[in-house]
Amino acid sequence: MQKTYYDPADLRKFGKITEWSEELGNKFFEYYGKVFEEGALSAREKALIALAVSHTEQCPYCIDAYTKDTLQRGITKEEMMEAIHVGAAIKSGATLVHGVQMMNKVNKLEM
Amino acid sequence: MAIKSLHKRESQLANSKRQLEILSNGIFQNGELPTFKDKIAESNQFPLKAQKLEILQINVGYMCNQVCEHCHVDAGPDRKEIMTKDTMQQCLEVIKKTGAHTLDLTGGAPEMNPNFRWFVEEAAKAGIKDFIVRSNLTIIRANKKYHDLPEFFKKHNVHVVSSMPHWTRGKTDKQRGDGVFDKSIQALKDLNTVGYGMKDSSLRLDLVYNPSGAFLPSDQASMEKDFKKALLEDFNIHFHNLFAITNLPISRFLDYLIASENYEDYMYALVEAYNPSAVANVMCTNTISVSWDGYLYDCDFNQMLQLTVNSKSKHISDYNEDLLEGRNIVISQHCYGCTAGAGSSCQGTVA
Repeated sequence: MQKTYYDPADLRKFGKITEWSEELGNKFFEYYGKVFEEGALSAREKALIALAVSHTEQCPYCIDAYTKDTLQRGITKEEMMEAIHVGAAIKSGATLVHGVQMMNKVNKLEM
Repeated sequence: MAIKSLHKRESQLANSKRQLEILSNGIFQNGELPTFKDKIAESNQFPLKAQKLEILQINVGYMCNQVCEHCHVDAGPDRKEIMTKDTMQQCLEVIKKTGAHTLDLTGGAPEMNPNFRWFVEEAAKAGIKDFIVRSNLTIIRANKKYHDLPEFFKKHNVHVVSSMPHWTRGKTDKQRGDGVFDKSIQALKDLNTVGYGMKDSSLRLDLVYNPSGAFLPSDQASMEKDFKKALLEDFNIHFHNLFAITNLPISRFLDYLIASENYEDYMYALVEAYNPSAVANVMCTNTISVSWDGYLYDCDFNQMLQLTVNSKSKHISDYNEDLLEGRNIVISQHCYGCTAGAGSSCQGTVA
């Protein structure tokens, strides 16, 4: 049994999830592949969104995969970091906007 | 940035036998990944056979003014292997009688061979349809004696194919050396000025994109779109097509992969991206590569691994197109580089 929760080599085994539930696994990968095709958004734009979401989800596999994917597309470090800041801004905004809830409650409770 | 070639550093990897051992051991020996032979056998494509010769690629020497980190030739200013005029003469005899429609001159920096211009003039007279020179661009700006190369190329209707790893300075200089980007931009402007790369111009200027790291190239068409947009907007530079080429795990790129602990992941990525339909069109099926000393190889990569052709005709002096056609191509695990994704060749993608 491995001693850590995450192993970089496990990313290569992602496709194996179909082995224990073939139909659902295949449906997932078909859907996943379709999502990243050129559409109303370019594949390049989708890669940057995926990179930002990988960070907000704090998924090490996804960060590994989409850092490589964005590099492959010729996307620059500056563009990659800006995308992550978009994710970080939403994350921190999402925390802070709940401050309004706190303020509402304080206002209700205080005399 | 590597300062010297692997040969000059007396690195183990300067030895092609050592490179071939690495490519056959480890993950390919313990069965973690299939060998290239087993992989192509799955789709009944083994043995891979040469078809009709279309491209004669001549490497006129390993000397270069640059020392790029990914160079599969291990080229640099310290490499002294240079094709002699006698060997060039033998090549010219072959050019005159070959059925190949494309002559492809490469190096090192081919322009640094002292007989380069003589060879181009003589070869141009042979009237080959597409006459390619693989220029690293910076050579045009390296010394005053090379400044007129764009005019020289134009005079002989040479098709110029030039390396350009990215449209930004940072990524380009990291792979190819400090100052390479600015010199390359100036050289591209010089080529544009004489008509190269302009819309509807018959003076062909194509760029080669190699990834600057341990990852594969993305879609060639979309990369071309990005390159064209950026080079036009930022520098008013025009070119015709972009060839996206995968870095093959040999020589300095193999050295980099091992030193950066990316070798296994890179081989996994190549094998996972294996595309059987790319196998049918790999360049070794229609190319012969000639080394500076006149030996014949299936491709420039096999040349660097010193894997000569599997034929009785092994040298330009006993070149025999009939004997070479139908020969079995010599393969190893580096060949996965040409069959990944949309495939890769000196002319870009193949599938």
